[in-house]
Amino acid sequence: MLTFTIRRLLLSIPTLLFIALVIFLLLELAPGDPMAEMPLTIPPEVKEKMREALGLGQPWYVRFYLWLYQFFIVEPQYWIDALFGTDFAQGAQRIISFQSRSPVFDTIGERLPQTLWVVGMSYVVGVILAIPIGIISAYRQYSIFDQIGTLISMIGFSVPTFFTGVLLIVIFSVHLGWFPSIYDTTLEVTDWTSFKMQLRQMAMPVFVLALYNAAQISRYMRASMLDNLGQDYVRTARAKGMTEKVVVLKHVLRNSMIPVVTVIALGVPQVFGGAIITEQVFKVNGLGQLLIVAIHGNDIPMVMTLTFIFAILIVLFNLIADILYGVLDPRIRYD
Amino acid sequence: MTDTTSVQRVRSQWWDVWDQFKTHKGAMIGLAFLIFITLFVLLGPYIWRIDATALDIRNKDLRPFYVGFFSDVKWSWSHPLGTDNLGRDILANLIQGGQISLAVGWTAMVISLVLGTFIGVLAGYFRALDGLLMRFTDLVLALPLLPLLLVMMLLFRDPLRAAFGPETGIFILIVTGIGITSWMHTARIVRGDVLAIKEREFVLAARSIGTPSRRMITRHLLPNVMSPIMVSATLGLASAIITESALSFLGLGFPSDFPTWGKILFDSVARMAVFPERVIWPGLCISLTVLSVNYIGDGLRDALDPRIRGL
Repeated sequence: MLTFTIRRLLLSIPTLLFIALVIFLLLELAPGDPMAEMPLTIPPEVKEKMREALGLGQPWYVRFYLWLYQFFIVEPQYWIDALFGTDFAQGAQRIISFQSRSPVFDTIGERLPQTLWVVGMSYVVGVILAIPIGIISAYRQYSIFDQIGTLISMIGFSVPTFFTGVLLIVIFSVHLGWFPSIYDTTLEVTDWTSFKMQLRQMAMPVFVLALYNAAQISRYMRASMLDNLGQDYVRTARAKGMTEKVVVLKHVLRNSMIPVVTVIALGVPQVFGGAIITEQVFKVNGLGQLLIVAIHGNDIPMVMTLTFIFAILIVLFNLIADILYGVLDPRIRYD
Repeated sequence: MTDTTSVQRVRSQWWDVWDQFKTHKGAMIGLAFLIFITLFVLLGPYIWRIDATALDIRNKDLRPFYVGFFSDVKWSWSHPLGTDNLGRDILANLIQGGQISLAVGWTAMVISLVLGTFIGVLAGYFRALDGLLMRFTDLVLALPLLPLLLVMMLLFRDPLRAAFGPETGIFILIVTGIGITSWMHTARIVRGDVLAIKEREFVLAARSIGTPSRRMITRHLLPNVMSPIMVSATLGLASAIITESALSFLGLGFPSDFPTWGKILFDSVARMAVFPERVIWPGLCISLTVLSVNYIGDGLRDALDPRIRGL
């Protein structure tokens, strides 16, 4: 197991480097010039200096190496400095956003809590909803509950999140006025009233994403439970006189969870991607919204860094899913 | 055993599949709705003869008829679903938008299927290519696709518009973008099936009479992997329609004078408090189309599974 993990970790380094290269070269083709907005009265030699100040003077491979160096060496140094008060970085150049002229990671750090709160919460809610629904649907296959569950989960992954979101806004904030339609980031939770306010503004985005996630995970849960319910060991367990509760919730559930846990792990990075749309609908200023603004503004370092972080998440959670599968299922041996 | 009873009309397996498909209620409703919406957008312009882009500024901001019945608002039978803030007819926009949305969905799906099948068959049939192609597939799967698609839209929008004109250029861009970011699952499934079929006796028999690789693939392998390809076609169609509308919704799809369902929705979000119908109708069109395609996929999966079909 350990050697497998180490081998996979080592393999993910060239994968990530390749992905970084692909993203970098794609952005290199960008026709948009970050200097396009500058007044035409600036003399050309000054313009050239400004381009160099943005780091655009060198050929692409130098800049790619520089970006890698900044991402993997300089930025972690700054984090360590901030944590322990050391001085490893010694004022080295960080990755700077074209738009705000501030370090990219500072902006990401400001936006991360909103995304984690809304998106993370919705994923947790989705999983908590999906597992019991999947269990009951499978145990009472073709019952009314199963049919309604199937219909709702079909709707859940057919209706795009931007439509569910907009529909909820029309119903619950325009007509009923229960929830605010815009997520207020400046709200600080200090007392009971502001906590209730926070809950109310989180309700709709969390519900939209949770419905979408629960729809997919409950289908996997149901299929996996159905696979296991037909197995011989279930008949044996029943024949030994165990109660239904023990059979279903101990024997079958534990075995059915193995593939579902990996599906849950694999879904985490996709949630961050899907959140781009939901954040746009509810005006949550999280990572997804940051990416959209950066794309529209030709902010190449920001787009590059954010996309690469998404890629790291995907590779990381693929690895976690594989390892979990090996840990949970003793029949799987990687070595 | 007499000869008279064994004479039967020759049935192809597709009739069996159809018989099984008919028993899936959701899939039949889905198929009916898909046919309906396709006819609606194809024949709609011949019946509803208002130009989608025609401005009728005197009749702007009309409400739909069902709102007009119950409250005192501006509405008219000449625009049953109302008009937008420039007086463009919403029904005509839905028809025109549906044409583009469905065209994008089908074309992108075909591109991703062709790519996926091609790569899957190559990887499954030629052992020398297998490792390389599957590593490549894994790499593409590890890319953050939606952000990259957004970046691609932004990068290639202007050159393609200049080369092919605004509508065709964006169409080509969106369709290729979705196509080349969604072939991986098809490729994996097809490869797996080809690997299994390659070991069967009829392939050995075909090889022993000297069938060349090209004919082996087209005559023996492809017909046998049709069923997983068809199932992933329905999934591909559904996700292509959603991706296109999501791109339009994020403001990176078609320009605003070419309505698609996602684009109409996006343009109407700012005033949805006053005119909710402008958001709900295109959203319903997208959702119901995708829902029916997903149900068709569900029914197809059951119908094409020989273990269930016999029952």
